[in-house]
Amino acid sequence: MNFELVFLAVPTLAKGLRLTAMLTVASVAIGFNLGLALAVMRLSNNRALSGFAKGYSTVFRGTPLLVQLFLFYYGLGQLSFVRDNPVLWWIVGDGAHCAVTALALNTAAYTSEILRGGLMSIPGGLVEAAQACGMSRLLCFRRITFPLAIRQALPAYGNELVLVVKGTSLASTITVLEITGHAKRLMSQTYAILEIFAIAGLLYLLINLVLITLVRLLEAHLTRYLPR
Amino acid sequence: MELGLLQVWEGGWISAILRGAAITIALGMASMAFGAVIGVGCGLIKWARIFPLTLVVDFYTSVVRGVPELLIIYLLFFSSVEFVARVAAAFGYEGLAGNGYAFTIAVVAIAAISGAYSTEVVRGALAAIPSGHIEAARALGIPGRRIFRRIIAPQMLRIAIPGMNNVWQTTIKDTALVSVVGLQELMRVAFVGAGSTRNPFIFYFIAALVYLAITLVSQGGFDWIERLLRPRTRK
Repeated sequence: MNFELVFLAVPTLAKGLRLTAMLTVASVAIGFNLGLALAVMRLSNNRALSGFAKGYSTVFRGTPLLVQLFLFYYGLGQLSFVRDNPVLWWIVGDGAHCAVTALALNTAAYTSEILRGGLMSIPGGLVEAAQACGMSRLLCFRRITFPLAIRQALPAYGNELVLVVKGTSLASTITVLEITGHAKRLMSQTYAILEIFAIAGLLYLLINLVLITLVRLLEAHLTRYLPR
Repeated sequence: MELGLLQVWEGGWISAILRGAAITIALGMASMAFGAVIGVGCGLIKWARIFPLTLVVDFYTSVVRGVPELLIIYLLFFSSVEFVARVAAAFGYEGLAGNGYAFTIAVVAIAAISGAYSTEVVRGALAAIPSGHIEAARALGIPGRRIFRRIIAPQMLRIAIPGMNNVWQTTIKDTALVSVVGLQELMRVAFVGAGSTRNPFIFYFIAALVYLAITLVSQGGFDWIERLLRPRTRK
């Protein structure tokens, strides 16, 4: 292993680490809320709402993230009404914004399925009891349904977070220089492919380890009433 | 016409896209088959905790599942290009960077990824077999190999089907990533078409539709297999 190379590669890849983390945080923050909204829509009695949520999750889970990314970045950039609209162009015109949008929409579909599973696992009696106490639907959702559902869904959501981190690597294909983008550039500059891969891979494993640990801690916090 | 539907039709892109889709499906199936073999082997090792090997398998699955697929594909392609070119030059073949080579490396890359996920599915399926079944078979004096063939394997297969469905869906979507290194599969054809006609929207839209069709059809197929393998019990 060449130490000079490591000194060259680590600072560059660490720069990418910041961008990867920012992409992940932004897309998870947007994607979780969208996914929650979609999960609630999916379980509503309104046919149109639940049909939309189902179609959304089928389309976004049935196509590769790369296709979605290219469709947003190159495809929408071609349409003139998108280019003339300043808000839309702000989203589509910049690689990082576009990557966050595509990732958020993609993870929203998976999150909605995970949260739907959590919401469906709640015993009907609990909701009925809340209604009998006179809670409004919103209050019941905030105090009863949501906390229980999230506790149920958290382990699966942890896996989804790892998938989002891995998904951010695709942003490198639309000119965003995060860890994978820098790694690819370094690979073609230095030809030290295995070393660069090892450093970049370690950074990703580090992010995932931190995320999984946080999710485990949150899970332990939420289930602290359980005997251990 | 802004979207260029006509150009897609007249430029002969439809047949190119269908050819690309065929390569995508072939790549997906080959990788899935190798991945399943890796999965069963490594899953058994992980389940039985065969000492030194289980550490290797743990390392393999956690690295492959924790590192982006794109990075793994870059590693395999970039590190093999030089090597293969040198071997080919030694045997007197110049310019071997054809489709056959790209396809082989793509199968290796995707199979390695899908194998890691299959390993977890197989391990989970093996762990889900009630231990009483195996104990009962031992008590009857059935030899170990036949226990595996008659008791463990059939149950493992049935329990693993839904998980394998998920692995297949991710595998077919992962094949799109190979386009970045130039194999002429569906995504690559769409990319080339988008570049040469300057109508990216319609090309990526068609590609998305084809991927959606592939996943929906295979979902139906898996549902059918699942129904076929459901044990016939009294209700």
